[in-house]
Amino acid sequence: MIKCKTSREIGGMGHSIKRKEDDRFIQGKGNYVDDVKLPGMLYMDIVRSPYAYAKIKNIDASKALEIEGVVAVVTGKDLEQYNLHWMPTLMSDTQMVLPTDTVMYQAQEVAAVIATSRYLARDGKEAVRVEYEPMSPLMDPYKALDDDAPLLRPDKEGKTDNHIWHWEAGDKEKTDSVFEAADVVVKEQMHIPRIHVASIETCGCVASYDKVENHLTMYMTTQAPHAIRTVIALVAGHVGLTEEKIRVISPDIGGGFGGKVPVYPGYVIAIAVSFLTGAPIKWIEDRSENLQADSFARDYHITAEMAGTKEGKILATRFKVLADHGYTDASANPSKFPTGLFSIGTGSYDYNASFMEADAVYTNKPPGGVAYRCSFRVTEAVHAIERITDTFAREVGIDPADLRMQNFIKKEDFPWQSPTGWEYDSGDYHAGLELAMKTVDYHALRKEQAEKRAQGKFMGIGISTFTEIVGAGPSKDFDILGIKMFDSAEIRVHPTGKAIARFGTKSQGQGHETTYAQIVAEELGIPAEHIQIEEGDTDTAPYGLGTYASRSTPTAGAAAAMAARKLRKKAKKIAAYLMEVSEDDLEWEPGKFFVKGAPEKSKTIQEIVFAAYTNHPQGMEAGFEATHYYDPPNLTFPSGAYICIVDIDEETCDIKIRRFVAIDDCGNIINPMIVQGQVHGGLTQGLAPAMYEELIYDESGNILNGTLMDYLVPTAVESPSWETGHTVTPSPHHPIGAKGVGESPTVGAPPAIANAIVDAVAHLGISHLEIPITPFKLFKELKKVGYFK
Amino acid sequence: MKKEITVTINGTPQTLEVENRLLLVHLIRENVSLTGTHIGCDTSSCGACTVLIDGKSAKSCTVLAVQADGKEITTVEGLATAEGIHPIQEGFKENHGLHCGFCTPGMMMRIKELLEKNPNPTEEEIRWGISGNLCRCTGYNNIVKAVQYASAKMRGEELPSTEPEFVS
Repeated sequence: MIKCKTSREIGGMGHSIKRKEDDRFIQGKGNYVDDVKLPGMLYMDIVRSPYAYAKIKNIDASKALEIEGVVAVVTGKDLEQYNLHWMPTLMSDTQMVLPTDTVMYQAQEVAAVIATSRYLARDGKEAVRVEYEPMSPLMDPYKALDDDAPLLRPDKEGKTDNHIWHWEAGDKEKTDSVFEAADVVVKEQMHIPRIHVASIETCGCVASYDKVENHLTMYMTTQAPHAIRTVIALVAGHVGLTEEKIRVISPDIGGGFGGKVPVYPGYVIAIAVSFLTGAPIKWIEDRSENLQADSFARDYHITAEMAGTKEGKILATRFKVLADHGYTDASANPSKFPTGLFSIGTGSYDYNASFMEADAVYTNKPPGGVAYRCSFRVTEAVHAIERITDTFAREVGIDPADLRMQNFIKKEDFPWQSPTGWEYDSGDYHAGLELAMKTVDYHALRKEQAEKRAQGKFMGIGISTFTEIVGAGPSKDFDILGIKMFDSAEIRVHPTGKAIARFGTKSQGQGHETTYAQIVAEELGIPAEHIQIEEGDTDTAPYGLGTYASRSTPTAGAAAAMAARKLRKKAKKIAAYLMEVSEDDLEWEPGKFFVKGAPEKSKTIQEIVFAAYTNHPQGMEAGFEATHYYDPPNLTFPSGAYICIVDIDEETCDIKIRRFVAIDDCGNIINPMIVQGQVHGGLTQGLAPAMYEELIYDESGNILNGTLMDYLVPTAVESPSWETGHTVTPSPHHPIGAKGVGESPTVGAPPAIANAIVDAVAHLGISHLEIPITPFKLFKELKKVGYFK
Repeated sequence: MKKEITVTINGTPQTLEVENRLLLVHLIRENVSLTGTHIGCDTSSCGACTVLIDGKSAKSCTVLAVQADGKEITTVEGLATAEGIHPIQEGFKENHGLHCGFCTPGMMMRIKELLEKNPNPTEEEIRWGISGNLCRCTGYNNIVKAVQYASAKMRGEELPSTEPEFVS
């Protein structure tokens, strides 16, 4: 059970208080971007390429412009006049806003139609005639570096091939020598499929430029409003749109998951058109556009190797990655980390030799590489280590649970230096796996499995014991476009003891309006229900880098605690003044200062705040406000132990998850109900790529499942009833000992499920199955090993 | 091509002149400015736009406004009454059945019909019953709990606990 320092009335950390934001959502009063309606607003729709790779010979907009209500058709040539036809990506690559001569992937933006209604904009889009000269696209990343591969980015000066970057971590020489001398070496080739966040709300914006004031208000679906404001200023400063003249408002967001971090061409076109016409421009993409053109996630081809002893001691790992980035590197990573935090892939195990390398290439696929509910490529890394660990266990003939227990970093060995350079802050991996095993009665399951196997039935048990790395990040290493990845909180307490707190982050469903209030309540003793939380408006919120990569609690949550502590210091001074005692004589309990040894003599936080406005000590600054910009000293390292049990029909290959138990350790917990909700949701998003989701392209570059009819987002039927629990190992360096949790389940679930399915058929000679593992894929593999004739 | 239609939305009859091709969801969101009904896809797959038409749940992105002529539409804005929020709404809030809130209105409208037809559904019946509505945030566990809570409340039975349950 979680111990709480505050009463339920105060509602500080550890209380499962109900969410403050829900009243508006359950009554249809949320305010999402498509709900924004401004006077004189025009609507934008986008003409998209049917080809994956083609020259644009001509764009004929005349028929579109004949339609009454179609106001304009904008092409790349139009934007070129203002030097707005290209934009920088977060990874210092370049991306077309609208093309002037070549399209690089199917569904790429080709022209924008502006009209007086949504329907007329769509009519205009259908009437634009584009003449293309199709070319043979490059779809296979393994062929990107072949001599006869087309050079996809001749626009980049000096580029002679399709290679984007090479990256390395760890010690190659040491790792190679351990591998050479090792008793046992195992190797698997795996693909982490290209998937999509598919938040139920798509992306969109209303760009509203006021010509008289030279001021832009941008309502948009963004997880990082301040960063967007700076990016707009950097891109459009040369036409007079400078940062003080830009206000970005991120209203309620219908799910983000990393997909609402990038700047998409639609946003830029909308701004440009509003700037030129002076009219507000609304652009809301439809679902198919969202799936086909907006940033993908994952798409890493990984060769994973593990070396160890016959007794099952892990000695070294070696990972080689080929990253398919599409036609530009539009990843959403911190600048210095082209593979994100992939180097966390050494896992939860105690060994000291690892080498990882990655090469990225261009192909004719949509750009992206967003951190989909994952702290920058951690999902890919965890899948690799957790799958190869199972292969190793099988090779040495040791139960995968025993092998993990044998190799875990011990609780007392933290902080622990990883062979790729990270300092894990804390963890108790043994306790997590023990609790998971006890919950499912692991040994009984193994017995049942043996019996089932003897009867020819398929049953599998899969384990994943992962270490996450979140909370980017310390300013010495972490920045986006040069801006350090701190985050911020500003707390203003009003004279009557009620407060408003504002943050540089932006919730997309995580419940910040509740959890941040709980952190402030914990520190100041003001009831959480009296603390209003506000985010998403760059005119009012302090600067911050936004919400993604499980960073809100580690950074802005810490900032909230630090700002509140500044206020508590001030409160103590005022309390001492009011009670005419020395500060040293005062003690704090949530909600009041009292005199040591005389608890009847006290001042509540509300009395103290009132005095800050009405009777403050002379010489002290009046008011009760504080701001803090929190620069984390290290990242946080949440962990988890997941066990999945599957039953597979030995004839149809239908895979049924019988049970899934997730034990997470995210340090101290702010709101158990919300943490559990995050874990449930993340698990279903982990199930998705494990068994259902993958964006599939044919050789000609056509996407084969670009709608929600054929891109299989799990429903309540596919999603099992999740069971969750916790171990609590606080982060030693975080002000409230919290670590962040939103992404752990998405990261930890896929290998647990894959390991369970492989485990069910491993005795037939199958050591690996590529996710998503569908019944048909399993059938084909079983056929290959001779199970099916 | 335009046509005059009369639809009753959340109890208020409204006569509107609409284009024949106008989708019901756009009539609700744009012409009548009830923005609680959302649009999440273009293939009738997600259910974010679910409303009740004469008491039956329907994806309003797949119905033309003119087809609703003479019918009664109920949207999320019509769930609460003067007495307060509906037990389904209460179930969602008390059980953390929503995160971002985007699928929630459609989900609740679907559940309204589900519980009217089957006042005491099993977990499996609930899961199949909402399988035409996608939620990307919650993993569905707590939506199931929200339905069970609403079901108990509507039948006047003792309410299930809303505290989160953990293995230990």
